[in-house]
Amino acid sequence: MTSHVIIDRTAKYVTIICASASFVILGAIFVFTLREGLPAFQAIGVIDFLFGTEWRPGQEMFGILPMILGSLLVTLGAMILAIPIGIACAILLAEVASYRMRQIFRPAVELLVGIPSVVYGLVGLMLIVPAVRQIGGTGFSILAASIVLMAMVLPTVISISEDSLRAVPRGYKEAALAMGSTDWQWIWHVQLPAARSGIVAGIVLGMGRAIGETMAMIMVIGNSVVIPDSILSSARTLTGNIAVEIMYAAGIHRSALFSTGVILFLIILALNTVATFALKRGLKAHHVA
Amino acid sequence: MSPKTVQKIANVFVWGGGVITIAILLGIILYVLIQGVPSLSLEFLITPPKGGLGGEGGISTAIVGTLYLLGVTLAILLVPGIGAGIYLAEYARDNRFTRIIRYAVETLAGVPSIVFGLFGFALFVTSLHFNFSILSGALTLVCLLLPTLIRTTEEAVRTVPRSYREGALAMGASKWQTIRHVVLPAAMPGIITGIILCAGRIVEETACLYVTMGGSSAMPTSLFSGGRTLSLHLFYLAMETRAFDKAMATGAVLIIIIISVNALTNWLSQRYQRKIRGG
Repeated sequence: MTSHVIIDRTAKYVTIICASASFVILGAIFVFTLREGLPAFQAIGVIDFLFGTEWRPGQEMFGILPMILGSLLVTLGAMILAIPIGIACAILLAEVASYRMRQIFRPAVELLVGIPSVVYGLVGLMLIVPAVRQIGGTGFSILAASIVLMAMVLPTVISISEDSLRAVPRGYKEAALAMGSTDWQWIWHVQLPAARSGIVAGIVLGMGRAIGETMAMIMVIGNSVVIPDSILSSARTLTGNIAVEIMYAAGIHRSALFSTGVILFLIILALNTVATFALKRGLKAHHVA
Repeated sequence: MSPKTVQKIANVFVWGGGVITIAILLGIILYVLIQGVPSLSLEFLITPPKGGLGGEGGISTAIVGTLYLLGVTLAILLVPGIGAGIYLAEYARDNRFTRIIRYAVETLAGVPSIVFGLFGFALFVTSLHFNFSILSGALTLVCLLLPTLIRTTEEAVRTVPRSYREGALAMGASKWQTIRHVVLPAAMPGIITGIILCAGRIVEETACLYVTMGGSSAMPTSLFSGGRTLSLHLFYLAMETRAFDKAMATGAVLIIIIISVNALTNWLSQRYQRKIRGG
């Protein structure tokens, strides 16, 4: 073999090894968190762990239902706020705005992604929490957390919805307008339904981002372990539970935090699978048309 | 309602969405800059934090910590990230191995920062005894950023026109020679954009570093010393010492860095696209 052939082969195998790294890391994350979390699952029992309402590490009580509810409610609140704003903005960018408007909006949306989550948390702490306090409670609440999180998931909803609105074939628009529909009738009755799968994917990916957010949530949600009874009530998220306690936890307590991580990992996995499925379905729909 | 009325209401809805989005962005940026910039000074940047409860002092060790982490993370990240990107763009066939790799990259991209943190905490901090250190933080970040660099590299390599490769191969270059001397140089601006994107993420990340770096405010002296980044420093200031003016000043520094990074990537990618279209 000449040296070129050897170099060629080596290069190929090196890139294959590089590519395998992501698979190895994903596997390692799963194995490590599961291995560390297993003792807690065994000691507490999966059902008691998931549906237990008391989290008192001092008394060996580890139920994460309050945190599951906390994460779900904040995510729900954030999505209720972000979906109308995000879809409106996506329609604006895909259909209404001029080229120059878009040149202003695109970097703006990118910047929104780039702002560190602690900065969101800080602004929430200084502005949103005191504002919510005016309504009632301490201000550290599900409502405050939802508002902060809304701003953080907005870019995800906007950019994926915009892409899928754009992907609707131009022929649809020409046909709708030729039938005498107004711009809005075309958007509402044709474009939005045609882009439905992609928009769903954007929303689901936004939810994934929302459930995974940690630092900003710790800063504005109050972190008390209670089953929240109103949107003004303080709460704790699954992510916050891990971050707040992992540094000093030991034994079953530490293992229970890893179990929390496993649950988080599984929720994200499920959401991503739904999003991938929705995106693929969206692509296929237009391909047939 | 007549279609015309509906159209008018719809216009308000659509523009409302746009205005709110821009207002949120400008609101955050302006608020942090207005609150933070007055306490910014050269002295603030070059003084170490005193570590007291009042949050006195500056942010010099956090700046050094951020740069240290940035350097170590990128040094470890570049080869596997770019290598995998090249594999996916140039070598990968549509087979099971490729599908598994793509699935892993996609899934990894969605895993929350704190789960990477848990993993880093279990593997690097405790099992491998790197303790709370820059090295533990950097290795955790490498895992977190790998998908980003792989995707941007793959995209950059794919944008290089087919004719470049055909030209090189027709001249008798081997596959690797083609990639090394023709494709990679042409894709380099795109790859650099991806690297800058990763650098931005390193500055932004907090959760996974919170549980792997330890947050010491002392000046880092080696890979194995603990440390804090600017983002972590902001968190400690706001949550532990409650020094909000200092937190705002640190926030202003972060905002300025992020705006510069975004402007740089936009400028680079615009130039790059023009070049590819022109060539």
